[in-house]
Amino acid sequence: MEKFYTKNHEWIKIKAGAGVIGISSYAAQQLGDITFIELPQTGYVAGKDDFLCEAESVKAASDIYSPVSGEVIDVNKRLQDSPQLINTSPEDEGWIATVKLKDPEEIKNLLSEKEYKEYIKTLGQ
Amino acid sequence: MNYTPHTEEDIKKMLKSIGVSCVEELFDVIPQELRAQSFELPESMSEQGVSKEIERLLSLNGSGIRNFAGGGFYDHYIPSAVDFLSSRSEFYTPYTPYQSECSQGTLQALYEYQSAICRLTGMDVSNASVYDGGTAAAEAVLMALNITRNRRKIIIDSGVNPLYREIIHTYTENLNIEIVEVDSINYRADRKKLKGLTDKDTAAVLLQNPNFFGAVDDYTDIVAAAAENGALSILLFYPVSLGVLKTPGEMGFDIAAGEGQSLGIPLSFGGPYLGILAACKKYLRKLPGRIAGAAQDSNGRRGYVLSMQAREQHIRREKATSNICTNQNLMALRALLYMVLTGKSGFVNVSKKNLMAAAKLKETIAALKTEIEIPFYGPVYNEFVIKLPVDARAAVKKMLQQKILAGVPLGDFYPGRQNELLVCATESSSDEDFKLYTDALENLLKL
Amino acid sequence: MKLIFQKSVKSRKGVDITGALQGGTEKLPEAKYLRHSPAELPEVSELEAVRHYVGLSRQNFSVDTNFYPLGSCTMKYNPKILEKAASADAFTGLHPILGFYSCESCAGALEVLYRMQEFLSEITGMHSTSLQPMAGAHGELAGMLMVRKYHRKKRNNKKFIIVPDESHGTNPASAAMAGYGVVTIPTGPDGLLDIDILREKLSGETAAVILTCPNTVGKFDPRIKQISSLARSRDALMYYDGANMNAIMGKVRPGDLGFDIVHLNLHKTFATPHGGGGPGAGPVGVTKELSEYLPYPRVVKDEDDGFALSFDRKKSIGRIAPFYGNFSVILKAFIYIVLLGKEGLKDASEKAVLNANYIMKNLNASFNNPYPGHCMHECVFSASEPGMAMNIAKYLIDNNIHPPTVYFPLIVKEALMIEPTETESLQTLDNFIDLMRKASELMKKDPQRLQDSPVSMPVGRLDEVSAARQPDVNFTS
Repeated sequence: MEKFYTKNHEWIKIKAGAGVIGISSYAAQQLGDITFIELPQTGYVAGKDDFLCEAESVKAASDIYSPVSGEVIDVNKRLQDSPQLINTSPEDEGWIATVKLKDPEEIKNLLSEKEYKEYIKTLGQ
Repeated sequence: MNYTPHTEEDIKKMLKSIGVSCVEELFDVIPQELRAQSFELPESMSEQGVSKEIERLLSLNGSGIRNFAGGGFYDHYIPSAVDFLSSRSEFYTPYTPYQSECSQGTLQALYEYQSAICRLTGMDVSNASVYDGGTAAAEAVLMALNITRNRRKIIIDSGVNPLYREIIHTYTENLNIEIVEVDSINYRADRKKLKGLTDKDTAAVLLQNPNFFGAVDDYTDIVAAAAENGALSILLFYPVSLGVLKTPGEMGFDIAAGEGQSLGIPLSFGGPYLGILAACKKYLRKLPGRIAGAAQDSNGRRGYVLSMQAREQHIRREKATSNICTNQNLMALRALLYMVLTGKSGFVNVSKKNLMAAAKLKETIAALKTEIEIPFYGPVYNEFVIKLPVDARAAVKKMLQQKILAGVPLGDFYPGRQNELLVCATESSSDEDFKLYTDALENLLKL
Repeated sequence: MKLIFQKSVKSRKGVDITGALQGGTEKLPEAKYLRHSPAELPEVSELEAVRHYVGLSRQNFSVDTNFYPLGSCTMKYNPKILEKAASADAFTGLHPILGFYSCESCAGALEVLYRMQEFLSEITGMHSTSLQPMAGAHGELAGMLMVRKYHRKKRNNKKFIIVPDESHGTNPASAAMAGYGVVTIPTGPDGLLDIDILREKLSGETAAVILTCPNTVGKFDPRIKQISSLARSRDALMYYDGANMNAIMGKVRPGDLGFDIVHLNLHKTFATPHGGGGPGAGPVGVTKELSEYLPYPRVVKDEDDGFALSFDRKKSIGRIAPFYGNFSVILKAFIYIVLLGKEGLKDASEKAVLNANYIMKNLNASFNNPYPGHCMHECVFSASEPGMAMNIAKYLIDNNIHPPTVYFPLIVKEALMIEPTETESLQTLDNFIDLMRKASELMKKDPQRLQDSPVSMPVGRLDEVSAARQPDVNFTS
């Protein structure tokens, strides 16, 4: 399935009409060992680029933003006990939340996988 | 007197190595026009000279004053080993145990402190302490606002220590929240009103047990009513009372905060004290301040670290759970030592003795042939209110002439209650103290 | 070491405080007010407790046992006479509420507080000082609340506090607690605030600028007055984070530089013991214009030249502590100032700067120095390679030296922030320099050795990741 990315390093893919959101492999690597993620609550309504939730590592805390506008309809409860899934499988098993898209057109303004890969090359390291 | 070890020879050698001709050259970066315009301080003194100055200052304080004032701060006996152990250089002179391998003593003691606080309060988790009871209460309120996110109302019973209520106001003044204070009725919380005011916009209800008037209560029903509305409940507790009284955990409180001074910490004219902050497990990651946690090294040995630091200001900066950057470490150690040294049964004995002492003094005062009224006959702990036929503040001032601190006049904190006096007795009050007190009261009222 | 709870034996007694309680006199309230069963506190003898905690204490490094060059923390020697004053019964037994009813009964304590307010105002060049804040961050909070009061009175619509990127984490956190947003200004290649960006970001909505001077990379900003007047032109207040006051006592006063609010850390600059992380004290000083906003009560002189408490709270931000702050910490710092006097305090700052520069100069060849040139009381190096600052820290532990502050300030990669303080001798510094040079050689020749440190401590490096994932913060069995 096609994935789209943001410059904040979140990804989203459309599955059964809803958007599944997570953070990119690049972001997971930058954050280091994730120790805790405070999942959003279902029913939480986020605008595009609004705060979605936050992730903690031993020496850092980072906000994760929603790539699109929508309402959270599901969260990855496995992350509560196994936040390390974000490190081991950031773009699959480490997904964070599913949102009901308010405006599917928003996807079009995100980066394609290829564009995102080009983008992170410009960031060095 | 100074404590710099540099000899002339050392200084020469160091300056040469640095490549400057005098120490002042190292300050050349500071332009002359920025230099101090004044620095008028006393001349340096010898250690012996200072020792005499200390004697002089000590002699200025009134000595031999018998203390019947509490108000949340108590004159308790402190076991000698508390002073002895907490004064060890290795506990006294390190800093924050960020480098865990060379700080295991402090870290394990903190872990033990947290565990002992949980056992005492019946709560699941405790932090490594904050400044004092008042700031613990304020941090508890901020924590509740943080957990409940968009709720803006805090309900506080007026039986909560008035000094702490003021600190909470100071802390929250700019946070766009509403604080509703509910007057107590007949020295107890107005449960009907408290429950009625709790709604979907309420972040927390704050209560104290025993309350400022010494009255003991069971708040289980108020906690349940708060929970029904999705509001948190916070209890301010008095540690020594928990040798016998129902715990915040047993009543179902979400957060428990308290002043730990009664656990082996001297009164010292207001500090340093100890802010205890504990909570139920689901709020662990919302607790502010330091928390010690167990960890393992690569050989499987158990040790301790400052855990979950990503909550704190040095990492999260403006998004931290609090700006607090320390704990009252040495005070937490003293509290731990107090709980360990008195131990399971000794702690209960101290707790009971306090209860009995207050009850005895109350009965003795009630039996006096004076116009003193005892307005509340329900259960009290350590402290109780008496109503004098005269102004209580004036009475306290008069009794101080006989070296008796008679109590805390309520009128200063509760307008209109000028004749009421909050009287305290602890395990260190003797029968002789009681006699002196009641004699002085009788004399006062005769005049 | 085993936990004290694991040494507990059923029915063993500790210290007897009460003697036997006479039966029949117990008048316990009815059962619904009582706890179900006693708290499971340990049951150990006094001797067992003493051995346990003496044993634990020996697992700590401390200033009294080890060199402790922890940057930004000013781990100087704590003179023992300070304890003599603070442990006297005439102070420890004093109930704070006594001051509300009889200033004569606590005249010695009030004299200490009053004179300390005066001392600190003179040292910082401020008009008046409150001793109430119980730590540096608490002083910052009091300061931010006063910033609020000032702008409210002037009906200014202010929204942001400006802080440099090298600032202490408490600065933005305190601003947030007062309801302000935070704007961060980067540090230039010279280690100083980028003044052009400051000019750009300063606006009518800026409430205050918080600076540490010298800053956390050990540099004094000679343009500080220019920065103050820039702030003033936007009616933004200048806040001085006094964490680094130890560099400049008697040389510079924040009040003379245009600062409006200053907090000090008595446990750093004024030699009170750190206690393993508190108690401290964070007095806050202000200009005349702001003095009416200080926390109350304050100690004042009455008509007869005696000392009294002022409970005037009309304009005050209110109470931030229940009484007068951490009195016994204030008392120790007061005694320290009396001991050293003006010449001693100046001497302390001069020797602190001398010691830091000596270390800097002698390590320049071994480590990357991001901000060369003389430093003030501390210097910052970069260990360059990922993880190396931590490795060096652990290597120093194996050599009985407490590590410098590592990974702070955040703007220096693999930061090693070294603050030797003035009370350390040339021999101690030389030993440290020697070890640091060895560490730098090991970085190239035998990095594994560094990676394996420490080996001489009761535990090796602990797995903080697992500890944070599965927190165990309360011993439950």
